[in-house]
Amino acid sequence: MSEPAPGKLSRRKLITTGLVAAGGVLGLGIAGRLAYKYGLVPPDHGGIYGLGETLTYASQRLLTRHSLAREFSRSQISKPPFANEIAPLNEDFKRLQAGRFADWRLSVDGMVVRPASFSLDQLKSYPSRSQITMLQCEEGWSYIAEWIGVPLSQVLEAVEVQPQARYVVYYSIAPDWWESIDMADAMHPQTFLVYGMNGDELPVGHGGPLRMRVPRQLGYKNVKFITHLTVTDSLKGFGKGLGSASPEAGYAWYAGI
Amino acid sequence: MGDSVYIPSAASAVPTAVRTKTVTLRHSALVRITHWITTLCFFALLVSGAELVISHPRFYWGETGNDLTPTLFKLPIPASRNLVPTGYGYVLPDQNGWSRYLHFQTAWVLVFTGLLYLIFGLFAGHFRNDLLPGGALSWRAFSSAIAGHLRFERPSESDAWSYNVLQRLTYLFVIFVLFPLVIWTGLAMSPAFVSAFPAAVTLLGGQQSARTLHFFVSLALVLFLMIHVGMVWLAGFRSRMRAMITGRAAIPMERT
Repeated sequence: MSEPAPGKLSRRKLITTGLVAAGGVLGLGIAGRLAYKYGLVPPDHGGIYGLGETLTYASQRLLTRHSLAREFSRSQISKPPFANEIAPLNEDFKRLQAGRFADWRLSVDGMVVRPASFSLDQLKSYPSRSQITMLQCEEGWSYIAEWIGVPLSQVLEAVEVQPQARYVVYYSIAPDWWESIDMADAMHPQTFLVYGMNGDELPVGHGGPLRMRVPRQLGYKNVKFITHLTVTDSLKGFGKGLGSASPEAGYAWYAGI
Repeated sequence: MGDSVYIPSAASAVPTAVRTKTVTLRHSALVRITHWITTLCFFALLVSGAELVISHPRFYWGETGNDLTPTLFKLPIPASRNLVPTGYGYVLPDQNGWSRYLHFQTAWVLVFTGLLYLIFGLFAGHFRNDLLPGGALSWRAFSSAIAGHLRFERPSESDAWSYNVLQRLTYLFVIFVLFPLVIWTGLAMSPAFVSAFPAAVTLLGGQQSARTLHFFVSLALVLFLMIHVGMVWLAGFRSRMRAMITGRAAIPMERT
């Protein structure tokens, strides 16, 4: 008996829905601007999957800015560690390998006060750090290893990053293999330039002599054979402007999930 | 008031002896909208999830697992990566890029849809009135519902406007157990998420255990989908589809 007439109910619902929708659009607009300002929008935010990608990156950035990747005990190290297949290495690499990587150089440029070039020995002269963390491939497999190297933050401090820097782009000696991470990951205490593994030299199959280790992201962000870092405030001028080679091949730039 | 089953008040004035049928609101608009968004999400997640499994159709228990470690089980299918030992002489094309993008975007849509549905279910009485068994939770109700299924009886007329106890418990299980579990086991595979919430993965027994559980919970959801569609078919596909699309169902009057 007390049910309102259906017509009245739907008119009230219509007005409420309209107000909620208008508020939602306005809220989305404001949220979008704030997200840009606080670096919560990934470079591959365009396209049909941009919204989901932005939600994933933004929420994980908010939740995990300072959190540490899980570390494991020495007894949990995978024996033997599984090395994913790599494309045949180029002549440049083979020449350096023949010289036992004595001439391997890591050049650092972009928005830094003192651009520099480091030999492996110079990198090893910094206090070495190690972590026993899991490398997870987006395909589904994983292994745990001890990774030995120098925190990327230490190298970035040596060249003194300019305050407007937002990303670090890193390149492999293998052509068209490059990635980038935001400053939260670049300055993260577990982001290493790795030169050792399980108490030994880093094997070539695992990216030796120098590999980027970003343990809070999937395997494909952990680029092998690193020779070059560029610090930047925008990823627009790099490749197709999607952040790294991965989105150009259809994979997400952010790989925290 | 706020009930999703809208019964015109005039109905009670009609003598029960008159065996006409009236049309009444079976499913509220919000239930129907969230139902069909969930349906779309389900298929997008299923297709993309299957594509992701193909890149490594091996499952493990514990923290780690790869081509060099023993498996819990393997799916007898070819893979989209050539290093995986499958026994097949060919490799399927890599579809993981868009599959991952689609999987996570759809997961977001599903989570928001689920939250909207949960809020509605709690505050508009949908759970209380339509899903919680309440007085219907008795051994008699149970045994009659099960016996009916065992005798392959077509659902009774009363099932057209209200769920029986088996349906209620199944829907509650899917909504409050399977969906939360599939989201949890999915997030437990994220290296960034578990850096902030390590218990999310350690409680499940490790990262590979989370992946294996995610697979099994997904299978349980697929099983639910098959039974759900099968029962809708048996109960009268057209009338049930009409009820979930337009919200209206023909109701025999003698039910009052």
